[in-house]
Amino acid sequence: MQSLTNRKKVIEQKPMNIWERMYLPAIAKGLSITLRHFFKKNNTIQYPEEVRPYSKNFRGRHSLKRDEQGRERCTACGLCALSCPAEAITMVAAERKKGEEHLYREEKYAAVYEINMLRCIFCGLCEEACPKEAIYLDGPHVTAEYVRKDFIYGKDKLLEPRFDITKLNEKE
Amino acid sequence: MEVAFILEKLILVVIVFVITLVIAMYSTLAERKVAGFMQDRYGPNRAGIGGILQPLCDGGKFFFKEEIIPAGAHKVLFVLGPVLAIVTACISSAIIPWGQSLNINGREISLQVADVNIGVLYIFGVIALGVYGIMLGGWASNNKFSLLGAIRAASQSISYEIAMGLALISLLMVTGTLQLGDIVRQQSGFVNWNIWVQPLGFLIFMTCAFAECNRVPFDLPECETELVGGYHTEYSSMKLGLYMFSEYINMFVSSALMASLYFGGYNFPFMDQLDLSQNWITIIGVIVFFLKIFGFIFFFMWVRWTLPRFRYDQLMHLGWKILIPLAITNIVLTGVITLIKDSYLQ
Repeated sequence: MQSLTNRKKVIEQKPMNIWERMYLPAIAKGLSITLRHFFKKNNTIQYPEEVRPYSKNFRGRHSLKRDEQGRERCTACGLCALSCPAEAITMVAAERKKGEEHLYREEKYAAVYEINMLRCIFCGLCEEACPKEAIYLDGPHVTAEYVRKDFIYGKDKLLEPRFDITKLNEKE
Repeated sequence: MEVAFILEKLILVVIVFVITLVIAMYSTLAERKVAGFMQDRYGPNRAGIGGILQPLCDGGKFFFKEEIIPAGAHKVLFVLGPVLAIVTACISSAIIPWGQSLNINGREISLQVADVNIGVLYIFGVIALGVYGIMLGGWASNNKFSLLGAIRAASQSISYEIAMGLALISLLMVTGTLQLGDIVRQQSGFVNWNIWVQPLGFLIFMTCAFAECNRVPFDLPECETELVGGYHTEYSSMKLGLYMFSEYINMFVSSALMASLYFGGYNFPFMDQLDLSQNWITIIGVIVFFLKIFGFIFFFMWVRWTLPRFRYDQLMHLGWKILIPLAITNIVLTGVITLIKDSYLQ
């Protein structure tokens, strides 16, 4: 058949000569290859001790943010839940009482805020929808659990721990 | 028979036995480590520092596994199979000369359990017995896959024993003795090693040793990547462990045999020029011997992670049509060369 490209190569299968049929040179060659790999540095990342670095824009676990005074930013408007294509977010809103101003930034806050990590597709639409800059997907990836209900993360797991803004600035 | 002699031999037997078991135990770890390094990964490294406790974990796991004896199995033979396998693996270490003799308070203590004058024949007897462990285990488990695996194993061992024996005959023509202690003693220094006069014989012997130990590329009896499990399909718990263990003991013993038959055993270069006492020479000799053994064990593993397995007809082809004629040629060549040397080059 006519070759359309000139890259065609006709391979001729010659019968092996005595040297090749002994297989010993081939075995020696194979052994040398495996020995070379024996002394090669390996690329295993020893997971729990050593973590592969995340990329800068990696979308991992969500965290609910606090403002400079350590108050929760979330006002339970529900835009994140509305924007969520996987319908993974639910919340129950509550009104801020007197004397709770140091806890919640706005007059309304989320008493319950739950994300089902099995439903979540980590698209980041919630963080785009949030008008209060209260939710970011800046955590590591979601770890394994034994039962399904443990994948529904409540505020205990999502809420960012309190931090001292002055010390944070010092560190930088 | 004096009491001291019996005591001395008993201590030696216990030491050899313990060393054999410990080395076999750590060969399992070494195998997985070597496999890891050759495939650019670490191998087991979680149990203890660098995985040093891994063999203990594996052994412990075997003990806690459920013990299953299948219905319809011949109970006595089913239990006897792995026992026979490990006993035959262990007893062949009795005649290996681990070193020269130690001189303690004017008493010569030979580091060889029994220097029998039919040493090489004894090895063959024991190796031939090793087939029974596999064959009985496969037959007694009342399972067609086990029986098929056992038949494969038995025919492989029997085929390669012939070539192995023929390869050794040409070695015996050179050494002129069956006594293993004498064979090693003749190879003192470096130039007297039998590998220099019997390279082809060594190659055949080593190939057959691979086949006798059921190691890759001759691991068709077990064939874990494609068969149900070979002759030990029905075995569980420590009985399976014993089969696996006996494979590693066989590997250790055949490494020791190859080192002492062809690579000078405890002899090392310039051993006569060193101005050391007899005891020191012996101790260094033992260390050198074990280094040689470890070298061979590493080679066993190295080959395992390099070569693919033979097909069954290729196995038989290699054994009957290549190794046996080659071994016979080697015998004839050795005879001719010995004759020429003796009659013309005196």
